[in-house]
Amino acid sequence: MRIRALTLRIIRQFFRDKRTLALLIAAPLLVLSLMYLVFNGDSYTPKIGVIGIPDSLAKQAEGLDADVRAFGSPELAEKALEAQDIDAYVLWDGSAPAIRLEGSDPARNRAVLSVASAWLGQTGMSAGIGVPAGKGAPADTNAHLNDVADTSSNAHSEADKGTSAQAGPAAAPAIEYLHGGPAMTTFDSLGPVFIGVFAFFFVFLIAGVSFLKERTSGTLERLLATPLRRWEIVAGYIFGFGLFTGIQAVLIALYSVHVLGLMMDGSIWYVLLVMLLLSATALSLGTFLSAFAHTEFQMIQFIPLVIVPQIFFSGLFDLESMSPWLRWLSHLMPLTYGADALRGVMLRGEGWSGIAGDVLVLAGLSLLFMGANVLALRKHRKI
Amino acid sequence: MSAPIDTAIRVRGLSRAFGHQTVLRDITLDIQSSEIFGLLGPSGSGKTTLVKMIAGIDEGTSGEVVMLGTKLPNLSMMERIGYMAQSDALYEELTAKENLDFFAALFGLKGAIKKTRTAYVMELVGLGEHMNGIVASYSGGMKRRLSLAIALLHDPRILILDEPTVGIDPLLRKSIWSELEKLSRQGTTILITTHVMDEAEKCHRLGLIREGRLIAVGSPEALKQETGSFTIEEAFLHYGGAAR
Repeated sequence: MRIRALTLRIIRQFFRDKRTLALLIAAPLLVLSLMYLVFNGDSYTPKIGVIGIPDSLAKQAEGLDADVRAFGSPELAEKALEAQDIDAYVLWDGSAPAIRLEGSDPARNRAVLSVASAWLGQTGMSAGIGVPAGKGAPADTNAHLNDVADTSSNAHSEADKGTSAQAGPAAAPAIEYLHGGPAMTTFDSLGPVFIGVFAFFFVFLIAGVSFLKERTSGTLERLLATPLRRWEIVAGYIFGFGLFTGIQAVLIALYSVHVLGLMMDGSIWYVLLVMLLLSATALSLGTFLSAFAHTEFQMIQFIPLVIVPQIFFSGLFDLESMSPWLRWLSHLMPLTYGADALRGVMLRGEGWSGIAGDVLVLAGLSLLFMGANVLALRKHRKI
Repeated sequence: MSAPIDTAIRVRGLSRAFGHQTVLRDITLDIQSSEIFGLLGPSGSGKTTLVKMIAGIDEGTSGEVVMLGTKLPNLSMMERIGYMAQSDALYEELTAKENLDFFAALFGLKGAIKKTRTAYVMELVGLGEHMNGIVASYSGGMKRRLSLAIALLHDPRILILDEPTVGIDPLLRKSIWSELEKLSRQGTTILITTHVMDEAEKCHRLGLIREGRLIAVGSPEALKQETGSFTIEEAFLHYGGAAR
């Protein structure tokens, strides 16, 4: 009864505050759309200068996914490199190619090197052993979907004996994917983490600030002068906000999958479950942490402390190379579990057994933060 | 003073410290049933701290508060207390009616009782016509009156009002006071804090509070007589000086 009154009041307040409602619902969708546009742009075509390369190579270069320009002298190419007109140039000193990169953008460096290795790596090698370059060198890997099982078991033992020059062009590897596929984009891979991040971030902020406002406006004290119990206050907030954050979570998930076409290998229901739990965690954490803020501004200060590290540790970046004790930090962060489960379902098609651990941890964390909030309210009233 | 027959609020040796700062020292006080008891003192003297402990929100560092025979804080006693805080604790995005509905639900009022009580308290504070106005658009005085209406809503046995008449025009103040007097005649115990002297005169008894100490308790007449002063203000100065 009392919880219902509190829930109803929060819902009414929400409908009066159109801007907050818009922030909660529209902002994550807008940001996700922008991300989609950023990540799904065409892949970068590197601009490569060439100086005095053999004709055979120059001819091959036409087929490359690169913008190749010929320069008359290394000095001219160097100038263009300095002006960032080109990303790299290739110099041929008669026997071997040398590549000089502009070097300030790792993504462009990679683009140049991947083009260069496909182009110069193979022809360079074949030129070395005297085979006329031009035919059969850029292997059409996709066409060779042979029975891999047979050839690979045979080739395995022989490949060790330095016969790579022979095996290389003859048996191009057949490529298969356990999950995902060649069409998978960066957006597909990072998308699950980002939808988790946005659901978490906006809910954390709005719930935290609203609960704080209850305190700064004096209404919390007023509530504590009624027979309302502390846990009823927390529960009322969870239900009242839960309605909106739940709608938000569902909208984000459906929008990313059905409108933005984010890769979706598993069941949407598991995604919704994880999203709901993730926003429940953000909701309980936000309301709990607001007990330690005195103003809205101090609540905002929790963003770099609580949200940003979670974004870094939740799977956007590969933590394998990080020192183990630092990696351990990721286990303290709710977003890690949410992002892990979302990736599992969306990219690897995991079912309940794959995400059960993450789901339980998220549910446990939500309960933990709610309990902590009930205790934190003791500061204002002991009973 | 003779032993009270019917004590509504009994305060014994109550102290409250925040860290190293002691805000209230050893307050002992009895408030009789259906009496209007005024707490008079400058701002920062500890009135609000004392009132919060009597309302059962805060707890003393030492000492106790007993209300209608029950030691505070106690959740079931909360239903019998009507509390009006010093700041207007209202939900500004909502209408006056929605605010009242919310608090009515917290106190378990519903149906016809809720309807009549809501209409009655809003009429009492002169906001009957502004029932559906958004609180954010209210003036300061209107918000104060709505706070008072909410405190009265569930017809509490004990009414605790922290500076209730700030920003309310004299005419309405007069009608609110006559209503308080009526409630007190009907048996409601009223504890009110003020720093307005003419309001203090209307209380049945006064407690003068200064720097966290209760320096004198008595009816306005008795306090003036005892100190040979013409006004409460003079009496306050007298006790304040004597306390040093």
